[in-house]
Amino acid sequence: MKKTLAIILTIAFFAVISITVLADSYPSKPIDYVVPFDPGGESDLTARLQQKYLEEILGVNVLIKNKPGGGGALGWAELVKEKPTGYSMTGCNLPHTIVQPLMRENTGYETEDVNPVFYFQSTPNILVVPKNSPFNSLEDIINFAKENPGAMTLGGSGSYSANHLGVLELEQVTGATITYIPFTGSGAAIPALLGNHVGGLMTYTTMGVNYKDDIKILAVASEERVPSLPDVPTFIELGYDIVEGAYRGVAVAPGTSAEQIKILEDALRKINQNPEFVQKMNEMGFKLEDYGQQASVELVAKRKEYYTQLLGELGLLK
Amino acid sequence: MELALKVLVNIFAIKNLILMLAGTTFGMMMGALPGLTATMAVALLVPFTFTMEPVSGLITLGAIYGGAIYGGCFSAILVNTPGTPSSIGTTFDGFPMAKKGEGDRAITIATIASAFGGIIGVLVLIFLSPPLAKASLKFGPPEYFWVSIFGLTIIASLASKSIIKGIVGGIFGLLVSTIGIAPIGGDVRFTFGLSSFQGGVQLIVALIGFFCIPELIKMVGDGAQSMHAMEVKTRKGVFGRTFREVFKMPGNLIRSSIIGTIVGIIPGAGGNIANLVSYNEAKRASKDQEKFGTGCMEGIVATEAANNATVGSGMVPLVTLGIPGAPPAAIILGALMLQGLRPGPELFSTHADITYTFMFSMLIANIMMVGVGVLGGRGLHKVVSKLPVRFLAPSIFFLTILGSYAIRNNIVDVFVMLGCGVIGYILRELGFHPGPILLGLILGSIAEQGLVQSMLMSMGRANRWSIFFTRPISLILIVMCLVSAIWPLIKEMRERKIGKEAAK
Repeated sequence: MKKTLAIILTIAFFAVISITVLADSYPSKPIDYVVPFDPGGESDLTARLQQKYLEEILGVNVLIKNKPGGGGALGWAELVKEKPTGYSMTGCNLPHTIVQPLMRENTGYETEDVNPVFYFQSTPNILVVPKNSPFNSLEDIINFAKENPGAMTLGGSGSYSANHLGVLELEQVTGATITYIPFTGSGAAIPALLGNHVGGLMTYTTMGVNYKDDIKILAVASEERVPSLPDVPTFIELGYDIVEGAYRGVAVAPGTSAEQIKILEDALRKINQNPEFVQKMNEMGFKLEDYGQQASVELVAKRKEYYTQLLGELGLLK
Repeated sequence: MELALKVLVNIFAIKNLILMLAGTTFGMMMGALPGLTATMAVALLVPFTFTMEPVSGLITLGAIYGGAIYGGCFSAILVNTPGTPSSIGTTFDGFPMAKKGEGDRAITIATIASAFGGIIGVLVLIFLSPPLAKASLKFGPPEYFWVSIFGLTIIASLASKSIIKGIVGGIFGLLVSTIGIAPIGGDVRFTFGLSSFQGGVQLIVALIGFFCIPELIKMVGDGAQSMHAMEVKTRKGVFGRTFREVFKMPGNLIRSSIIGTIVGIIPGAGGNIANLVSYNEAKRASKDQEKFGTGCMEGIVATEAANNATVGSGMVPLVTLGIPGAPPAAIILGALMLQGLRPGPELFSTHADITYTFMFSMLIANIMMVGVGVLGGRGLHKVVSKLPVRFLAPSIFFLTILGSYAIRNNIVDVFVMLGCGVIGYILRELGFHPGPILLGLILGSIAEQGLVQSMLMSMGRANRWSIFFTRPISLILIVMCLVSAIWPLIKEMRERKIGKEAAK
């Protein structure tokens, strides 16, 4: 009897200790930061830039792991099955996590299971043509596409990505017929542009900043002009109501405690306000965002409604 | 002049020399482990280079890249498993040579050829970047399609015994490459309802499965008779003699380096294609083709000179246009951007000292590679040859699991690797060589993208197929494809004729 009591007390003692340890000092061991894409892309670059600051703020090591495959789907399928320990976060992207489950069977995850912590940056779409292109404005491209249906080719990163959807929206708004040519990444499309194998690209602001000497940037698909490309007009200014681009953040497993999410959210927000980080991100052409947990959930819901409608009109829902 | 001085001071700073040495050594170790690729080796070190000065950071990354591509030859030669896809061809002759007890010679050949190819690639990078980068842009989707078709014509020489089996293997590889999300269109293909298959079959995973597992099974099977995996002949002066032997074939060295350089410059194609093309050309140029595949040094020289030549040349479009010529170069592009260095003219004006230091440091790293490589390679050779099979086989098996998991941090890849291993063993017993299968897997997605993107490009044309036959570079490539495909047949006919005449 005494022995049983002693055992129960001991267990209770350790349970209390471990609970208090967990509650008081999260995080207390290294955190995994999973990037569901290959190294070198927009998500990976941001993660590797955040790593140092995250370690400073959280006081633990942050390990970046690339888990690429299926346009990010492999990483997200694994994320939603993880135990909610708070020690692993995965980069999450829009429109990917909305569009993939809408269009594919067996994606392995649902949009709502990707539990966002913070969306910290975005790359609005930009429409670019090579420096030596005969097109000098958005109007030129639309007119050419209307007169020669299908002959206007625009490259971009991937199928049903923000780039692709941007082209579909442009077609819908203007009634022109454009041929979209997917490449395996935003970087892979650049040689095709500079070599004049495509008429232009629907790509991201980061590419515009990087290759600005060799290209003409005709329009940016953000609500207002972006700081890294101050001379580029928005589609809205030019009379076309198109706002499209990719958002990037991190998510944790469903069921992760609110306290842990709050700690990660605060850390990521603090990094987004670090002048050194802000300057580097701007130099590379990223637009910093501030969608905290609640705001992220609302952003995803709003975009999902929109994409469901768009893909429905195009007959592309699964 | 001032620039040259600055570059020299930078390169020969003790700190930077140490970084070159450490980078080369680290890269070699990563490259030697199947599954840990040059891309991963470079990516792993990027965060460390943040805190360094840009010059030191880039020097380190360049050294790691070269070291990793070279390091792939160790496992190719010693255990018949390419450490990276750039060393697939090295297994063809490197492993048979090691089996004959001349593993140290094979490693020495590979080392000297790698350094030679590496230096040629860097020299091209330093002196010919701007015009070559411009030329690389002429490669559009139709050209990529024809390049991959040209690659497929090599199958005939990879499968030396039976062309039919080679073609079947190649087609099998092509089919495997279609698993997963279609690169264009995003359709889900052959996933059998499993979400884990959306990412397709990774090249490295297949490579480990098809090469390493059958070899392990064989090693264990033979283990009953022999205690050790291979014999070792001990003799002196291997390095000096081999060094002279390698330089007795300047044609092979130079041709292979040039092939590597050209393939490296084309964005998206790297050492994985260069080493096989170069092997094919070496075999075709040789008078004595029968000896290829039995452990001849020409084969090793060809693949290793070519793959290291891609290291320097892969950076040609990178530094001039910001377009990575190969996957590891893509990581280096990211590192450049994080350091605030924008590729393009600025690199050669405002940051010329950094850029030239980086390029010249790769020359030094290639020379260091000879020392580190020969010493390290011999050590490794001793370990592999002295270690009894009962220790060696499980250790290698452990590494295959580690490597296939590490490539994407995905446990499913381990099972895919084991599956490929079993299939690979059965196929090998039936006389199929893994080379054509891997080639099909490498080229499948390039061919598919080239084909579909070209068809999309020609939407505005009256005849949509004409795009494949009306562009100058495409036409050159078509001629190359025809020559490469028909040549083995002509050779066979001629041999038959000679045989008949001899019989008379």
